[in-house]
Amino acid sequence: MAEQKRADRQAAPQDDVLDIRNLRIEATVYPPGEDPKTIVIVNDVSLRVGRGRVLGLIGESGAGKSTIGLSSMGYGRGGVRITGGEVILNGRDILGNARGLRRIRGKEVCYVAQSAAAAFNPARKLMQQVIEATLEHGVSSRDEAQKRAVDLFRQLSLPDPENIGDRYPHQVSGGQLQRVMTAMALCSRPDLIVFDEPTTALDVTTQIDVLAAIKNAIRETGVAALYITHDLAVVAQVADDIMVLRHGKTVEWGDTRQIIEAPKQDYTKALVSVHAISHEEQAPSPAPILTVDKVTASYGGGQVKVLRDICVDIHAGQTLAVVGESGSGKSTLARAITGLLPPEQGSITFDGRTLANRLADRPKEDLRQLQMIYQMADVAMNPRQTVGTIIGRPLEFYFGMRGAERDARVAELLDKIEMGKGFADRYPAELSGGQKQRVCIARALAARPKLIICDEVTSALDPLVAHGILELLLDLQAEEDVAYLFITHDLATVKAIADSIAVMYRGEVVRYGRTSEVLAPPFDAYTDLLLSSVPEMKVGWLEKAIESRRMDAGGN
Amino acid sequence: MFDIRHIPPSALVGLLLTALFLFAALFAPWIAPYGNGEIVGEVWGPMSAAHPLGTDNLGRDLLSRMIYGARITIFIAVTATALSFILGSVLGFTAAVVGGWIDQTLSRFVDLLMSIPTLIFALVVLSVLPSTLATLILVMGILDATRVYRLARAVAADINVMDFVEAARLRGEGRSWIIFREILPNALSPLVAELGLRFIFAVLFLSALSFLGLGVQPPDADWGGMVKENKDGIVFGIPAALIPAGAIALLAISVNLVADWVLNRTSDLKGGRGDG
Repeated sequence: MAEQKRADRQAAPQDDVLDIRNLRIEATVYPPGEDPKTIVIVNDVSLRVGRGRVLGLIGESGAGKSTIGLSSMGYGRGGVRITGGEVILNGRDILGNARGLRRIRGKEVCYVAQSAAAAFNPARKLMQQVIEATLEHGVSSRDEAQKRAVDLFRQLSLPDPENIGDRYPHQVSGGQLQRVMTAMALCSRPDLIVFDEPTTALDVTTQIDVLAAIKNAIRETGVAALYITHDLAVVAQVADDIMVLRHGKTVEWGDTRQIIEAPKQDYTKALVSVHAISHEEQAPSPAPILTVDKVTASYGGGQVKVLRDICVDIHAGQTLAVVGESGSGKSTLARAITGLLPPEQGSITFDGRTLANRLADRPKEDLRQLQMIYQMADVAMNPRQTVGTIIGRPLEFYFGMRGAERDARVAELLDKIEMGKGFADRYPAELSGGQKQRVCIARALAARPKLIICDEVTSALDPLVAHGILELLLDLQAEEDVAYLFITHDLATVKAIADSIAVMYRGEVVRYGRTSEVLAPPFDAYTDLLLSSVPEMKVGWLEKAIESRRMDAGGN
Repeated sequence: MFDIRHIPPSALVGLLLTALFLFAALFAPWIAPYGNGEIVGEVWGPMSAAHPLGTDNLGRDLLSRMIYGARITIFIAVTATALSFILGSVLGFTAAVVGGWIDQTLSRFVDLLMSIPTLIFALVVLSVLPSTLATLILVMGILDATRVYRLARAVAADINVMDFVEAARLRGEGRSWIIFREILPNALSPLVAELGLRFIFAVLFLSALSFLGLGVQPPDADWGGMVKENKDGIVFGIPAALIPAGAIALLAISVNLVADWVLNRTSDLKGGRGDG
């Protein structure tokens, strides 16, 4: 068998590890109340990855990126069938050879999942899991495998490489776990690794370290890789070639530099120029609409302090962006302002009057003028209510509108968010991600608020869709003169829309002021780290950013 | 959506049998050949053209008794289940939404009730209280409500932390809106599935009580009571006791088949891949 394999490898062209030809993948969907139907997920996609090369697969959700990635292991997720084409790994077509797959997976091709926390077995130590595939395939002895794992830990710049393998998955941070997973994939010396959005779930400040580690490890081991992501700026840092996918078809395939600097297709051009929003910073007015004065808040009855002496102002019709990594207290600040988490000390003044600390003590009028939009639009709407009910309820509740008057206003609001009034009878499940978020915006607008708190409203969306939402928010701000408290970890968004910025770190505001001031040097160490961690759509940005950093990210 | 071709055969059988039982229960006086307490022949008479199921221990027509028994059994089980659901879900939702000491008090009280074996608890209560239909339904309903409470509270606690409930709270909505308009529609499918099961348990529980002589009092009888009346005949090879016993089993199975199908269908609507 081994001889056979060697012969196979020799027969293959020297530089192609993976050669996918005319791949077609279908799935059967079961819409309620209708007959099952077959949909095409991937349609006639061909790609090649040479030895030691990295191919970036990029596209919005539903483009078929992950499905193609998994097909290189001969795997289709539940209900998905590979119905056409060839997947040639190391010169052999692996489709239709179900018994051979077990010998390939984990040995010749490995997989790095998006959520490392969900992919590790919480009951076993990291080392056992890292070397499991290596031992299973008999690639090397246990001692050798462990030695290699430690080497890989070092290569991936994990702290304490000799002993980190003795920890359990919950004992290391998210960014570290993602790197351990990369070590797991590299341990059996595979020829190909599939990275499926390995940094998407991480903070920007952590993402940069993981990216650098992955890039370094790929270069040192000479492995070929498929790198799947929706973030073009990220893939520009690690990939040699990029393939842009949309609706299961190839849009453009080319050299990274060409795709980033001279895209040929309109869709690629749109992706490359996604953050270009023109917004003019406004000067603060003398009387802010909302003043947060020395607010301190904590969870668990004073046990865990999450906000310390926060002072920020929001001016009417302007945007304050609150930025920081996860755990910095951004969302807690929103909860304190809305009264969901009553502040322990300090006061919140809104439109000239002091707001009651607790939500239950606030009059309806205060609640109306302060609305909120959530990150996950699909759980922010009741799945059993139609769009008409969702948008119409604030109208009924605050203004007592009924019947035709209400319906007319709902139609007007739907028009404002650039959706037709035909959407009024739809349920949230029948909307796309961007449409859901638009409906949430309409619900907030229905109350005619003076301030809307936007909690990471674009971070669950595809770049182009997020771009549309941001533009909509800015248009609405101009029309309705509403102020935004914009919570985000994405500095690119902030640069595009904010009038003033508050940078939060471990429950404190470390930098606060007008956008132009905050984003101008000299920087404090944390703002510098944050700013330098935002991937730019430039080849070679990563190396420069790593070199010029002054402070290590928190997860390390 | 209610295309008959989409109903799996097992559910179809369940639906058919359940409908048959319901029909018998609803129209008992019109379809029963004889009266409920009417003595028409000899004791434990064999099956014949006049008495298709034979006669019972007092010479009453067993078919007529079965039909009237269906009426009593199903009536009590349905009202007890309805009572348990209204009580259990409203209290469960309230506990989950309000939280705090109300939740603690209710939950610990329910734990207390559940820690006592249901049958023994019912036996004690029913032997102390006057044995009327209302007491019977009340006892069964309250005991069953503890199970519904647990489920309703767990489901509502899950939904209660969703963003759309928080959004409603931020809007300033009252508790009744949150419970009945935000949580209830989303909690309905697990509750509906539970409804079928609880109904079956109510039938079995009632039968057990009647068999022990604490359920429906003579001359009326539900199926459990009829098993008790005729059980001595088994020694002499008289099958009269097996007929109501079989009916209990058949009703339980057919309602279960329907409940399974409903569960599959509702999980369909939630996006799961049910085979309904």
